[in-house]
Amino acid sequence: MRPGSTAAACTAVLRRDLLLAWRRRGDAAFPVLYALIVATLFPFALGPEDALLARIAAGVVLLTVLLAMLLAFDALFRPDLEDGSLELLLLAPQPLALLLGMKILAHWLTTALPLIVIAPLLAMMLHLPAPAQPVLLAALLLGTPLLSLLGAVLVALTAGTHRSGMLLALMLLPLTVPVVIFAAGAVSAAEAGLPHLAPLLWLGAALVLALVLAPLACAAALRIALDA
Amino acid sequence: MNTLTLWLHKLGSPPTFYRFAGAVRPWLLAAALLAGAIGLYGGLVLAPADYQQGDAYRIIFIHVPSAWMGLFIYACMAAAGFVALVWRIKLAEIVAMECAPIGAAFTFITLVTGSLWGKPMWGTWWTWDARLTSELVLLFLYLGVIGLYYAIEDRRKAARAAAFLALIGIINLPIVHFSVQWWNTLHQGSTVRILGPSHIAPSMLWPLLAMALATKLYFGASLLGRARVALLAQEGGKDWVRALAQPEGSRP
Repeated sequence: MRPGSTAAACTAVLRRDLLLAWRRRGDAAFPVLYALIVATLFPFALGPEDALLARIAAGVVLLTVLLAMLLAFDALFRPDLEDGSLELLLLAPQPLALLLGMKILAHWLTTALPLIVIAPLLAMMLHLPAPAQPVLLAALLLGTPLLSLLGAVLVALTAGTHRSGMLLALMLLPLTVPVVIFAAGAVSAAEAGLPHLAPLLWLGAALVLALVLAPLACAAALRIALDA
Repeated sequence: MNTLTLWLHKLGSPPTFYRFAGAVRPWLLAAALLAGAIGLYGGLVLAPADYQQGDAYRIIFIHVPSAWMGLFIYACMAAAGFVALVWRIKLAEIVAMECAPIGAAFTFITLVTGSLWGKPMWGTWWTWDARLTSELVLLFLYLGVIGLYYAIEDRRKAARAAAFLALIGIINLPIVHFSVQWWNTLHQGSTVRILGPSHIAPSMLWPLLAMALATKLYFGASLLGRARVALLAQEGGKDWVRALAQPEGSRP
């Protein structure tokens, strides 16, 4: 039997992951609810003054999204590892990096995109000034795929371990420092009425770099973790 | 094959390395102690007090060499990790992984001494200065590597995975460093300056360099000792380890 084309394989992986996510569409609500609850807790902890909340709103939304994504990373490879389909991907004649790229894309669409959709709501609850809202959205649109790609590499490294949750946090969070700095920098520049394009462009540049390198690194990491 | 290459190839085999490390380690340790004693005497006794900071600046003789070692050991770990991933040499895996705790310890010493120095000089234990922050991130990277290494059951697989993480870290480290600098300068100009080596008097410079040499030698000795123990633990079932253990075990 001749192996299918790479494009067909990629479409099949993407379609399968999205279909699985659709069949269990209740699961997609958990990161969103988590982010909503965490963002709600901040005013309780810091007091309800509008000025204070507006000052920290962008940072809170960014970190909330980051933490929600961190919790969702466990589901990236674990179900496939348990039912053995990840090993079939490793054996497939198509390039593994591309197939994993499709998996990361599907994961981003099902976990990060809903978070971006409710991010303006969270920002409004915390009284983020209106001019900064589109910048926050742009920063999230550029930053979350970057986090997904970075996270996927590290999740792949921990694929064989039992308790990967806290370990993943320890490994991933130091590496996300630049993403947080540039995303928050763009929003706070917009709040102050300063030019905010440069940090967004930096995020975009990092995203382009990660788009090329991360799937390859993810494939290498997965081969190490599964000894294939 | 010339002698040097042959010797290097032989050194890659665990029994040869075990004997070599055992022979070299005491000398390295002695040299480290000697250089450390000279450096500390020069730094704490001979060097004059700073005109501004008085005697408090003398912590630099611990702080700065440790900070250099934090970065140097990370580079060593990444280099050994690269060798381990590309050529799958067992010894390189062990060396890379045994680098991590030493580097983490030096980074921790840097943070603690910096904090002790910061209290009298800046009036605070901690400030969100760019260099302090990137040093803290470096410590987290070390801890991530150590954490991953001990989370995976299979020692060789664990070493390869953690070495991969170290390589990701070394790509990210400059990005973190420069983004943190950018972040700090966006908010406010840095009001604190860490003494640059170029602005230092020769009477203070030579003890500093002696201490840097001492920490390097200590790192070598510590690494060889740790690698020996790790080799024994990992090669426990092999004949050469049994041959080492047998005479001691058969004694009454």
